[in-house]
Amino acid sequence: MSARSETATKALRSVVTAALAIILIVLVWEGYKWTGQQTGGTWPGTGIELPVSTDDIIMPHASDIAAELVSDIRDGRSTLPLSVFLLKKAWFTLQEAAIGFFLGSVIGIGLAVLMLRWRVAERGLLPWINVSQTVPLIALAPIIVTWGRNQGLPDIVSISLISTYLTFFPVAVSALRGLQSPDSAHVELMRSYAAPWRTTLFKLRLPAARPYLFPAFKIAATLSVVGAIVGEISIGTKTGLGRAILEFAQRYAVWPERLYASVVGAAVLGLFVFGMISLAERLVLRRTDEVVA
Amino acid sequence: MNLRQLRQRASALGPAVVVGASGFALWEGAVRAFGISEFLLPKPTSIGAELLAEWPVLRHAGWETGQIAVSGLLIGILAGVLLAMFTTRFRMLNEGLTPLAVAVNATPIVALAPIFNAWFGITGTLSNQAVVIAVVFFPVFINTAKGLTEVHPDEIELMRSYAAGEWTIMREVRVPNALPFFANALRVVAPLSVIAAIVAEYFGGPQDRIGNVITSSAGFARYDVAWAAIAVASAVGLALFAAALLVERVSMPWRLAVGGSDSNNNPGREK
Amino acid sequence: MSTGADTPAVQVDDVDMVFNEGSGGEVAALSGINLTIRAGEFVTLIGPSGCGKSTFLRLVADLLTPTAGSISVFGQSAHESRTGQDYGMVFQHAGLFDWRKVKANIELPLELRGWSKADRAARSAEMLDLVKLDEFGDLYPRQLSGGMQQRVSIARALSFEPRLLLMDEPFGALDEMTREHMQSELLRIWGETGTTVVFVTHSISEAAFLSNRVIVLSPRPGRVHSIIDVDLGERTPDTREDPDFFTAATTIREALRSVGGAV
Repeated sequence: MSARSETATKALRSVVTAALAIILIVLVWEGYKWTGQQTGGTWPGTGIELPVSTDDIIMPHASDIAAELVSDIRDGRSTLPLSVFLLKKAWFTLQEAAIGFFLGSVIGIGLAVLMLRWRVAERGLLPWINVSQTVPLIALAPIIVTWGRNQGLPDIVSISLISTYLTFFPVAVSALRGLQSPDSAHVELMRSYAAPWRTTLFKLRLPAARPYLFPAFKIAATLSVVGAIVGEISIGTKTGLGRAILEFAQRYAVWPERLYASVVGAAVLGLFVFGMISLAERLVLRRTDEVVA
Repeated sequence: MNLRQLRQRASALGPAVVVGASGFALWEGAVRAFGISEFLLPKPTSIGAELLAEWPVLRHAGWETGQIAVSGLLIGILAGVLLAMFTTRFRMLNEGLTPLAVAVNATPIVALAPIFNAWFGITGTLSNQAVVIAVVFFPVFINTAKGLTEVHPDEIELMRSYAAGEWTIMREVRVPNALPFFANALRVVAPLSVIAAIVAEYFGGPQDRIGNVITSSAGFARYDVAWAAIAVASAVGLALFAAALLVERVSMPWRLAVGGSDSNNNPGREK
Repeated sequence: MSTGADTPAVQVDDVDMVFNEGSGGEVAALSGINLTIRAGEFVTLIGPSGCGKSTFLRLVADLLTPTAGSISVFGQSAHESRTGQDYGMVFQHAGLFDWRKVKANIELPLELRGWSKADRAARSAEMLDLVKLDEFGDLYPRQLSGGMQQRVSIARALSFEPRLLLMDEPFGALDEMTREHMQSELLRIWGETGTTVVFVTHSISEAAFLSNRVIVLSPRPGRVHSIIDVDLGERTPDTREDPDFFTAATTIREALRSVGGAV
């Protein structure tokens, strides 16, 4: 009972924190804008120009951005509110990200198990896994997509591949660390049961790796969204959140509110996947952490 | 380094060299054997040839992109560390800002690039630099703040028993305690800064950078040139990653002494 | 400031300690504590968990402030004594800084007092000699065993020659053999330095072996239950098999039983 009310308090606290954060950001935004408009674009009491201009094109009012979310936009032949429009785009991006996340996690865990099984594999692969992060595969997006199109593959495959590349790294590194985390007493216990390597993996190492895996999944989920959006931007897909951002960026001078709204949409999508993984973490890890009184 | 150490070094690096060499050989061999057109996947040797042929362009592009990445990296690190140190002094501020930073870090920050273009101009480098700074700042801030605050209570009590002030505790306990956390962030953001700079170049800025070379070569189906540009970017990223590892070694000699400095160790201590 | 031989090392009058005062979740940790510890004495605090032994030590150290009552250390307030660095403190975990070599750990309090480099080096060498770790000054703490780390921690606490040494279960994490060795070492160091020691433990034999006086605390809230004088003369390894030692241990054990609760 008290544990439950504690979770409720915790949840309430994070909601309040989030609300306060949004209010704070809006206040800073509007405060800066107001200051700039009072002084004519300089720091108060000086002639030094503010780094960012405060006019309505560069910095639209927060209320205007919110209002734009409910106003209509043309999408093909139909018109619909911008928020629904962004939601549809986000759904597409989410699918790409989800495929990337799933593939990346499978590859990451697979590599970790491989490196766990053979020490020489760890020595051979781990340096290259580290090096892989210095290869800006995201920069390969244009190539990968042209390549995919030549193979007659839909764009979603190419973009998911980019997401996969970004995702596997944190999973592989953390999974290896987690699989190696059980102390020798536990490993020796399993050996005393004459348990084969596979049993030790499933009964001991994988469960022990869970607390290491979830933080990695959180990073990977965020990166999978980054990969999907950047992929969309760099290749000009027909749909997706990245496409929307690119389009609105080009028509910035006319409708700055739309660009801001779409970037906010991207942020919300990132937070959404992060939140989903956190939720899964709680559901999976609760059973081991909770003390049954 | 004596002979024994040299041999140990070699046996530690051996498998990696073998894997790397066979990886490139496999790549080269597969392209040749299966007649994969250079259009799809250029051979490593063709990429190498283009690297030499286009060297003046690539060197210039790499230098310019590298400058943006490095300067943004340094500013982002400085800002992240300073803000972390500042917020550590005020517990409320720290408890409020850290979840906010974690949330922002969970959003695709590169999506801010078009907004930064609107703010700082689309032709200059300032907006690209701003993207790099934003991408670097958050992991550094989050990790450093964690390291500065997650200190063993005994260590704080000991310092207080010496009547040490907050500043002394910061210098003698919190900062050394935060170093492993900071080092972990550094490993992540060093190569990330190059990637962020390239992605920012897709949105705007001067047109002679790595990002532009990649997009325009891909547009003209000169994939070997695009790959060569990626190789240059990787080299810059690798150099920064190596620098991060070097900083880690030099700043924490005690970790090396106890043999805990594996390339993927946990931050903090196992007390 | 009077520091004559008759000034007590620690004088505690009517001290109460309540945590979370006025917040609903109040916990009375200590109540009505009166205690005098003479200069040069070795006093042990023992009692079941929750009796406030560690809290008492932290009050003397001015790491906590009592809810009521007063504490003086060598005639000064606990706060003055902390800012004047009159005492050294040793915790259960050695609490050495991983990033400082053994020498530099011992020199830390001296550094904070502004000693010159040469003076610090001389003193840390002296201290390493005292705890018999002369060869280990240039290693990092994590390269030492648990017992050795704890010896460094004692050297650090004694480096500035404090008149009072506060020890919070310092040997609690050590194995039995190391522990007995450390106890003998501590008594030797105490004999050589003449420091007053206040020592918190939950080990009956440790209390009997080390102290001049054992203070038995009762739990919730912590009160002084009884004070047991122990006179075993010069301690040697044979003392542990001495009938007087067993008598002292039995007296302490019976006091703890009447207090109730697990030690």
